[in-house]
Amino acid sequence: MDTSIKILIVDDFATMRRILKNILKQLGFKNLVEADDGTTAWEVLENQAIDLIISDWNMPKMTGLELLKKVRADSRYARKPFLMVTAEAQKQNVIEAVQAGVSNYVVKPFTAEAISDKLEKILR
Amino acid sequence: MDVLLINPFINATLNVLETMAFITVTPGKPYVKKDNLAVGDVTGILGLTGIANGTIAVTFEKKCILTIVSNMFGEAMETLNDEISDAVGELTNMISGQARRELEQMGKVFKAAIPSVVTGKNHSIRHYSEGPKIAIPFNTDGGNFTIEVCFER
Repeated sequence: MDTSIKILIVDDFATMRRILKNILKQLGFKNLVEADDGTTAWEVLENQAIDLIISDWNMPKMTGLELLKKVRADSRYARKPFLMVTAEAQKQNVIEAVQAGVSNYVVKPFTAEAISDKLEKILR
Repeated sequence: MDVLLINPFINATLNVLETMAFITVTPGKPYVKKDNLAVGDVTGILGLTGIANGTIAVTFEKKCILTIVSNMFGEAMETLNDEISDAVGELTNMISGQARRELEQMGKVFKAAIPSVVTGKNHSIRHYSEGPKIAIPFNTDGGNFTIEVCFER
């Protein structure tokens, strides 16, 4: 895996951003930026060269699914890898995310190995 | 209240805390709670809508939640602060998500709201629906916590 890439972590809970940052740092990723909802994440995308987005689903202002759809609808970002990390694990959620073009999906709670495995698949 | 709604919350709690905080959790015997007084010092509350409307609350003793969050972060947490409240919100969210996944497999589909968190000694837990409040106590090496599940009759 190319650990020099810049990863945007989007979650309204600082706890989850911190846990994901810890895991990503352990995996060797150092170039990490954060946003606490989809709206802020979009601003980051517009201003920084982001290589991969890791996003929660349920967030105020703009949800992770809305962010995913906006990313996929914009030719500048349409091909960006997008990993959804969410507690929303019902069948309909997964179908909606796949239809919207998610690259992969991790259900909370998760292990560090689960995140590593999904990143390996996305960044292969 | 349908007692089949309770087990998914017990299973979800065990799974979430063992996976994210690496602690062993032992459930105690569920009981019907008569008052609104929180057993713990910090509580996450979340509304559920679907085949029935209700709430779940997860209330932690101070020592217990400090141990749990210390394990989640890999560093010692010593006071109940905004970081702890945030973690309780996310734990409540994850327990709700896991439980709803199991409930869906039983044909019972629920949607969840964004959780809120209350902190302080002797605070009240306000469930959004009228109905029996089923409390499930849990024990860990780091202290105790309790889940309350309340669905409309």
